[in-house]
Amino acid sequence: MKLHFDVPGDDFTRAGEASGQVKRKLKRLGFPPDVIRRISIAVYEGEINMVIHAGGGAADIEILPDRITAVLTDHGPGIPDVELAMQEGWSTAPDNIRSLGFGAGMGLPNIKKYTDMLDIDTEVGRGTVLTMTVFVNRK
Amino acid sequence: MTVSELSEKMGLETLVPGDPTRRVTGGYTGDLLSWVMARANEGDAWITVMGSINSVAVAVLTEVACIILSEDSALDEDARVRAEKEGIAILRSSETAFRLAVELDRLLG
Ligand SMILES: Nc1ncnc2c1ncn2[C@@H]1O[C@H](COP(=O)(O)OP(=O)(O)OP(=O)(O)O)[C@@H](O)[C@H]1O
Ligand SMILES: [Mg+2]
Repeated sequence: MKLHFDVPGDDFTRAGEASGQVKRKLKRLGFPPDVIRRISIAVYEGEINMVIHAGGGAADIEILPDRITAVLTDHGPGIPDVELAMQEGWSTAPDNIRSLGFGAGMGLPNIKKYTDMLDIDTEVGRGTVLTMTVFVNRK
Repeated sequence: MTVSELSEKMGLETLVPGDPTRRVTGGYTGDLLSWVMARANEGDAWITVMGSINSVAVAVLTEVACIILSEDSALDEDARVRAEKEGIAILRSSETAFRLAVELDRLLG
């Protein structure tokens, strides 16, 4: 099963739509709670990053019996130094974003922590594609 | 202990009732949302000053039992609406996060 969501830029009230719907769908399909929690948190972090850092993007989710894969695509500024961005605490979020509770520099590390596979394809000036997978029978 | 028992014992104001029969099994304190998503456990009472719609989204994703707003923090109107829709309990107190955490720990024994 495939799901597609547009993630609008600069709209925090709508960020969370993809993760919320994925969560509901997986619940209905009877996936294990741990799998649901991990993929939905990872997708939410990705959605929020697209809103804060990239002016929005798209989320494509593929649900298979043994795995869930989410591809988050944006055409934002790209990430100049992925290794740095992956470090806990590294953030370029502006102050107004920090006052909303974001900008701890924990989003990408969280995605890494909660998923079994993560690929970051990014280029400055072109954008970023995050491909993440959670397997159903693996911790 | 259920959310409603906790609310009564700690003298909390109920802003959104959510599911009052939900079990509270632990606690977490924090205002940085990614931090909360990394560390909060299902069934925790989450103590925070962040009464925004994003907090409600985080509560849904982490499956915490309730949100407790400390120091009379404001709850945004869109957050209240979303919490009602999602069935997330939101409680409030004038106490600090520290006092609330100490009290919660005592109650959970
Ligand atoms: N989609 C993206 N496009 C461009 N830059 C990004 C993107 N996602 C992340 N980044 C960059 O990587 C940094 C680290 O991202 P990460 O999600 O870990 O932290 P954050 O978003 O700043 O804070 P938090 O996720 O804790 O709220 C960001 O501050 C930003 O500079
Ligand atoms: Mg982030």
